[in-house]
Amino acid sequence: MNSSAPTPSAAYRTTATGTPAGARLLAGWYDTGRPADLNEHLLRYGPPPVAMARGHRHSMPLLRAVEAAGLTGRGGAGFPTAAKLRAVAARRGRAVVVVNAMESEPPSRKDQFLLAVAPHLVLDGAVLAAEAVGADTVHICLPRGRPAQYQQLHTALGDRGRAHLDVVSLLLHALPHTYVSSESTSLVRWLNGGEARPLGNPPRSHERGVARLPTLVHNAETLAHLALVARYGPDWYRQTGTSDEPGTTLVTVSGAVAAPGVLEVALGTPLATLLDGAGGPTEPLRAVLLGGFAGVWLPAGHLRTPLTRHDLAELGAAPGAGALVALPRAACGLTETARVLAYLAAHSARQCGPCRLGLPAVAEDFAALAAGRPDPDLLSRLHRRTGLLPDRGACRHPDGAARLAASALRTFADDVDHHLTRGACPNAHRPPLLPVPPAEPPEAWR
Amino acid sequence: MTRARTLRIDRIACTGHGLCAELLPELVDLDEWGYPVLAQAAVPARLESHARRAVAACPVLALRTERPPR
Repeated sequence: MNSSAPTPSAAYRTTATGTPAGARLLAGWYDTGRPADLNEHLLRYGPPPVAMARGHRHSMPLLRAVEAAGLTGRGGAGFPTAAKLRAVAARRGRAVVVVNAMESEPPSRKDQFLLAVAPHLVLDGAVLAAEAVGADTVHICLPRGRPAQYQQLHTALGDRGRAHLDVVSLLLHALPHTYVSSESTSLVRWLNGGEARPLGNPPRSHERGVARLPTLVHNAETLAHLALVARYGPDWYRQTGTSDEPGTTLVTVSGAVAAPGVLEVALGTPLATLLDGAGGPTEPLRAVLLGGFAGVWLPAGHLRTPLTRHDLAELGAAPGAGALVALPRAACGLTETARVLAYLAAHSARQCGPCRLGLPAVAEDFAALAAGRPDPDLLSRLHRRTGLLPDRGACRHPDGAARLAASALRTFADDVDHHLTRGACPNAHRPPLLPVPPAEPPEAWR
Repeated sequence: MTRARTLRIDRIACTGHGLCAELLPELVDLDEWGYPVLAQAAVPARLESHARRAVAACPVLALRTERPPR
């Protein structure tokens, strides 16, 4: 994606529907309808309460608050934030904090949106996390190709510098924008002077990451939530969401909905309500893609499922980074999936066998299926090859592609039949729906 | 009680020579391109010497065994 304008008003819904009840990260945006500069941010929230993040690493108020709040990562994996903080805080010596704002999922815009409308909330969270783990440097990683976003954050950092707000230094970086360069080890590798390609474990970043120091990598949205937990405490945080999965989360809703955009919703909100929040479906739906290109196709019959890890796990799905795409009944899920797989294959780091050979083979088979040109062995071969992708790479890229392919074969089983026996379905010739970038290898890894 | 050692493959280093599957077929299979597929990571005691041999034979040092962390 080369979209260069993070200006929210142009690309996203404005305040026409009023301030949604319970908005937290986006409350300021809903109130004012414009991005919050430092003055406005300080008026609303005051300076980051860094005293919260000081003290002994086991008893520090911030760590206890984040733990009691039950905050989890919003980058996709959903790992408990306090556990990550603790793992880095427990290491001896100086640490490093990395803000992951790469947002490489093409159907996701939430981090870009959040950084556009409330940059200082994210930066406060980064500064607080740095204080908590004993870091004096925060690296903010953005993808190249969004110069307006870079400029806006550059300005935000300048404002903070002139206000002498932070003790830690905040450094802005623009990294190669590939699908896998958002992986946390890709960031660490790039910041160490290497290519933005994933690394295998060990050592894990929290043990030895940037400059060989213990490194905390958090998604931008996660840090914004942390900044609010630091101010208002865990009880406030738990007032919304479910008891097991409290709080709000940002979602990006697109596809066949009237008003695509970024929403802030309580965890546990049914998927159908998310679609309604984005103006509702514009035509009858066949399925939704939840969790981005590494996500899962869910049949429209599951739209009453609440957005929680627990409820979605039963369907083999997960909230991921909160990207939801509505696929109309008059679309071909196989064709859409084939396009995504071709892109995922082209954008692999080409480091491990499954990504260099297995994923392109799966993508090719899927393209033949989508085109209605199968050979007799295609389906069994596709199942076998898809089954051999997970758990066999240095990162989870092949796992995500396999999850998507397998869910497509399940959810679009009727179409699979049609394509195998009677050629491509009529919908296969409709214009594509998903925003899939060209299936070409990245230009640069450094 | 000693815990079973586990096989670990450095997937980036691995170039699919396939010696591991030859020396340790009980635990390692190959996909159609010659890259290893682990039947299980845990190495039973009776296969430990075979596993050691497979580790030593890997030309790119991509295979190792390790004790799982407690």
